[in-house]
Amino acid sequence: GFIFNNPNSGWEAKAVEFFKDHLKEKDAHTWVPSLNDVPLHYLKPNSLVKFRCLIQDMFDPEFYMGVYEAVDPSTKAKVLRCGKYKDVTECGVRSLPNTVTAERQTFYCVPIPGENPWVKEISSSCLARVVPSTSYAPTRQKRSYEEDDDMDDMDTQMQREPHTGMSCCLSPQSPTEQHGNGDCKRRETEAPSSQTAPASHLDLNFPLPGEKGPSCLVKVYEDWDGFKLNDTLEVFGILSVSPALSALADKKDASSSLLDPTECMETAEEQRVHSPPASLVPRLHVLYAKPLPHNNPLLPSATLEDNSAFLSSTLSEMASVRAELLTFLTPILLGDALAAEYLILHLISNVYSRRDVLPLGKFTLNLSGCPTVASYTERFYQIIQQLVPSSYYLGMSLQNMNQMRFVPKKDYSANRLVSGALQLARNTSLFLDETQLEQGQLDTAGVRNVTALGNLITWQKVDYDFNYHQMEFPCNINVLIASEGRSLLPSDCQIHLQSQITPPHMEEYLSSIHVHPQASQLNKFRMYLSVARLLNYSISDEVTKSVEDDFVDMRKDDPQSISAEDLHRMLVVARLLSLSLGQTSLSRDSWLRAKHIELLRRSRMEQHTCVNGNEP
Amino acid sequence: MSSPTSTPGGRKRGRNTNPSTPSSEGPTSPPSQRRRGQDSSTGDLMPMPTSPATDMLSPAAPQDNSLLSSPRPSGTNLLPNEVDMSSPLMYGTPSSRVEGTPRSGVRGTPARQRPDLGSVRKAPQVDLQSEPPSADGAVTSESNTGQRLVIWGTDVNVGTCKEKFQRKVMVFISVVGDPVLNVNCLHVQSFDAELYRQLICYPQEVIPTFDMAVNELFFERFPDSILEFQIQVRPYNALKTRNMRNLNPEDIDQLITISGMVIRTSQLIPEMQEAFFQCQVCAFSTRVEVDRGRIAEPSVCRNCNTTHSLAIVHNRSVFSDKQMVKIQESPEDMPAGQTPHTTIVYAHNDLVDKVQPGDRINITGVYRAVPMRANPRQSNVKSVYKTHIDAIHFHKTDEKRLHGLDEDAEQKLFTEDRVQTLKELAAKPDVYERLSSALAPSIYEHEDIKKGILLQLFGGARKDFSQTGRGNFRADVNILLCGDPGTSKSQLLQYVYNLVPRGQYTSGKGSSAVGLTAYVMRDPETRQLVLQTGALVLSDNGICCIDEFDKMSDSTRSVLHEVMEQQTLSIAKAGIICQLNARTSVLAAANPIESQWNPKKTTIENIQLPHTLLSRFDLIFLMLDPQDEAYDRRLAHHLVSLYYQSEEQIEEEFLDMAVLRDYIAYARTYINPRLSEEASQALIEAYVDMRKIGSGRGMVSAYPRQLESLIRLAEAHAKVRFSEKVETIDVEEAKRLHREALKQSATDPRTGFVDISILTTGMSATARKRKEEVAQALKKLIQAKGKTPAMKYQQLLEDLRGQSENAITKELFDEALRALADEDYLTVTGKTVRLLA
Repeated sequence: GFIFNNPNSGWEAKAVEFFKDHLKEKDAHTWVPSLNDVPLHYLKPNSLVKFRCLIQDMFDPEFYMGVYEAVDPSTKAKVLRCGKYKDVTECGVRSLPNTVTAERQTFYCVPIPGENPWVKEISSSCLARVVPSTSYAPTRQKRSYEEDDDMDDMDTQMQREPHTGMSCCLSPQSPTEQHGNGDCKRRETEAPSSQTAPASHLDLNFPLPGEKGPSCLVKVYEDWDGFKLNDTLEVFGILSVSPALSALADKKDASSSLLDPTECMETAEEQRVHSPPASLVPRLHVLYAKPLPHNNPLLPSATLEDNSAFLSSTLSEMASVRAELLTFLTPILLGDALAAEYLILHLISNVYSRRDVLPLGKFTLNLSGCPTVASYTERFYQIIQQLVPSSYYLGMSLQNMNQMRFVPKKDYSANRLVSGALQLARNTSLFLDETQLEQGQLDTAGVRNVTALGNLITWQKVDYDFNYHQMEFPCNINVLIASEGRSLLPSDCQIHLQSQITPPHMEEYLSSIHVHPQASQLNKFRMYLSVARLLNYSISDEVTKSVEDDFVDMRKDDPQSISAEDLHRMLVVARLLSLSLGQTSLSRDSWLRAKHIELLRRSRMEQHTCVNGNEP
Repeated sequence: MSSPTSTPGGRKRGRNTNPSTPSSEGPTSPPSQRRRGQDSSTGDLMPMPTSPATDMLSPAAPQDNSLLSSPRPSGTNLLPNEVDMSSPLMYGTPSSRVEGTPRSGVRGTPARQRPDLGSVRKAPQVDLQSEPPSADGAVTSESNTGQRLVIWGTDVNVGTCKEKFQRKVMVFISVVGDPVLNVNCLHVQSFDAELYRQLICYPQEVIPTFDMAVNELFFERFPDSILEFQIQVRPYNALKTRNMRNLNPEDIDQLITISGMVIRTSQLIPEMQEAFFQCQVCAFSTRVEVDRGRIAEPSVCRNCNTTHSLAIVHNRSVFSDKQMVKIQESPEDMPAGQTPHTTIVYAHNDLVDKVQPGDRINITGVYRAVPMRANPRQSNVKSVYKTHIDAIHFHKTDEKRLHGLDEDAEQKLFTEDRVQTLKELAAKPDVYERLSSALAPSIYEHEDIKKGILLQLFGGARKDFSQTGRGNFRADVNILLCGDPGTSKSQLLQYVYNLVPRGQYTSGKGSSAVGLTAYVMRDPETRQLVLQTGALVLSDNGICCIDEFDKMSDSTRSVLHEVMEQQTLSIAKAGIICQLNARTSVLAAANPIESQWNPKKTTIENIQLPHTLLSRFDLIFLMLDPQDEAYDRRLAHHLVSLYYQSEEQIEEEFLDMAVLRDYIAYARTYINPRLSEEASQALIEAYVDMRKIGSGRGMVSAYPRQLESLIRLAEAHAKVRFSEKVETIDVEEAKRLHREALKQSATDPRTGFVDISILTTGMSATARKRKEEVAQALKKLIQAKGKTPAMKYQQLLEDLRGQSENAITKELFDEALRALADEDYLTVTGKTVRLLA
């Protein structure tokens, strides 16, 4: 690709445009192998890959050689080369007059935290269907990096790939079986991938404990101001795993001269974090990044507005799916249909807007009266996990509250944002199990964690700790609190479980509800919940009027019966109820129904208060 | 002062040349390489006793030339960004080089290296009329033909530049303290825009020229003065870049000023400037300058021709101080949803240890980019540059906050357009209403409360009477909101906290006295005791929002007494005794003791706060549920519309939060209203009226504190109008708002009158009267009983109840007993009451 080396031909914009167009084509994205599903050592370096991820941290912008001069080894002539989309240049040490310095931004990206196994399974099977598993001879592994000249033919490869289909290997064989040569083994020992040795020396900074998967340094070349921390993206870009990158971090103390002022300044920690071994944290040079409104692989990738056929067919089915889901959830909630109804409302809730500091549309549910026997809450969570694309179970045991890091904190010596459990993608379901809480003392960290949870629920924001100051990051997390009595955390709505099961039979009953529904049914539920969340909603003037009248009437009868806060909640319930039925505007019926279920819930609470007596 | 071109272009590193020893020219003549600053205080070296070579320093006049480095022009690749910036070498003030005969003053004063400018040599100069390649020769005749000479690769003409700067210095600068001259770039710009442009674009060349100019000027005027080293010029306040986020490749090698916060400083790094080698065989010594972090070790001793006999002698090599400072974008400069950027700064020489982590600074320096080597043995280069800033000047923006207002730091820059928009907004007659409705639009009505908070955001005018011994007068307005739970008090607080740049939000339940004030902590790294400031100090010049004020412990609350009137915070902890400024407005919210507000009780009784604290609030508002149908309807409409209006509609209806924020910031910075004659008259009248209201009933309804409140509110209202004068309308509004707040909070529920003593003494005048009556009745009762030295408490209470027409509560009885005890009439021990005397 000589034309690619001419900086003036405008080829660059054209090439990027070419890729963007192709990736927008129907199913085009399924040609591209995904870093989420394919182990890194099966992927060809300098090839096009995609990555579904969350921006965990933003590093400082970096300056690189956009265009530089090099000497062609065969002709000895000076040629200009493009430094975009690569990490290493092969020119001499000298920077020459023709060098153009350009700027790019690096994001540290991790797989979407708490992404449930079914999402991973379905998205990887999507890929396998389209790409036949051809055998792939990994040329890279046989070469040492000194003679690696893949760079040169990168351009032509890029041209070829979208047409021929990516060659990548999806067979379940292990790499050593498939290519039983010495090089392979050597590579394995050289750079332990996350499967073989769980990177003891390098913390990949996943928000949630126990997460797996590659993290990636994503290099963005344009419009990086449009990205925000915790955005979920699907990134298409060129994979760069040049071992030279990691060499930098490893050999540091050995050979670099102490006198080099640029190298002795950074702490070893910072170097490790910002230039981790490429075999562990590959670099991805972005051609095109698509923000993900959701990570449900069952939904078509186009937005709902663009896909009216899909939308209308789903809308008509929603009421029936809802009924099915209700029947499915009721036995899990010990036969309590009202609680099941509220659970559905909770699962489709979403912060759709903010008025100054007030988040609108959030619906934190406190499910009180959960039995503590037979690990009910864990089972319950397993069901939730089957339904939503990403979720996290947080047992609020004293130990967890005192020891876990909830709030991300800036580590200035490594110059990175150390993640915490509350750094979650939008619409993640956070399941707080308060039945795990026992008596005891919360220490300072514990108090801070409880405050952080409270802020998250009330304001839908997390104050990240930057040591010298705090910084507020808005979030959109569905919090579900399972507790015995009323939760110590605030919530938008509390409902006390009315068990239809008598306590002696509880254990027996619980062990029997562990039924797996059919996959097709599950998928229907999954689609339903994701679609309901994405719908638009409005209230007509007429209904507005009647809602106002209702409110005034209720206040007239008994001013104590309903406060502004109650009206807030009723409006949210009405909104979610309408959406759960596939109605995009509030009808009189839905409003009455919302009022009705609120009434039921409140009467139950009063009942409960009387029984318990210790509530204020 | 010529530099013969016999060795063209081999090394572009300039080297000291000494015309008197022409033999020393050439790459193989290290003896001529001498450090100019040899006799400077930092590099005080012993003269070498034995060496016969010419590198010995003899402090004779002819050799003074060697104090200076001479530019070594080299042919092609000396682009500005090409000049090596990684290895700070010596820097010599070129002054005496240009002057053929050095002045006595300059000669006696050592030049000090300027590693901050990286390249120590001056870049070559070229005659504009000759071709660049012949620049080698052109440089020789510089000062005579100076007018047409420019530094190669730039358009800087040394002569003109120098002259301009000297004239500028004469205009702007009078006194020099340290041998450092800080120059405000804004002054340079207003003096000569072209000079300013050159300074910004070619700092590496222009600043040495400035040095040269200022030294000439100085020694011309004060030829006999003795300085530690030659004067160095340190420009600051370059307008080129303000924000770290805007740095881009075009700023490389330019002079920039950015603001930020220091997050980390490294230890002092001794950086070798010049290596000292000694031959193991003949003890011949030689010096080698460090070139880009590398030392070219001589392999052959020039004296005895032994190979590999030279060994480095560390304690005779020359080092300079260097420190890495990491700064981070200030939180105010950042777009939402992004993480702050950081930049590495290198501080050199006396700038080392000038800043500490946590300091807010403005830093002026040269932005640098250095390519990173992936592996020294490899030709491949990581295609990434490392960037850093070589600091020339630090300015701490929060330094003065402990003592006074720092105008520079407070000044937020507004673009012309923005100021225009704000002024247009201010000219609107209903700006006050507009702004107050833009405040927390999601909260319904409570117009007066929003207006009160708006005035609080603007604040009164700061008055300093410390000259006359009366200290500072509080300019900040304090507001207390009380009311039923669930009346969106917290939401209002959250909004204010998010609106103001220096706001703190704390809850009375969670915060302790130390969290509010300051505490002493041992730094985990240095083991030093450090003072950590709490919410009140952090919100200096801002607003401290305290939720659940009533839940606060007494000891915590007592801290607020000082803060809310004196606006200082005294600390005596772990040997640290100090008084910190806490000029903060307090916006507090309190819930009634009972779950609902009891309208039959006074404010004090409802929220159970000490009246001493309450009287320090300028405005106390009740946020109650009005329970009225029309209100309900409007509220319902408001809430429903929240749930269906699209974002665009919302935008249209209300002022943008950013505009509001800028409006407030502008007014706080630039508007400083003073009372007009009429306004003072109106204030006096208002105060007299307030006193009059109560006097008829034997009550005092206003205290001087209320007058001060009125003044503050009137000033704040004038600020809202962007008016430099407080007019009668401001006083009117202040009066109205004050009255509204009083009506709500200081109405005696028993009489229905506004009674300020509820807030100032905690008891209404009627209640006080009643207490006295009961005490008298009790006294009579006891006297009627005759000579009984001891009585049963319960019995006495029942007797009094039976006698009195009004209901006597136990509290009232206790108070009466206490009053009598105060008169030394009786004492109460347990359940018995004893008469005294």
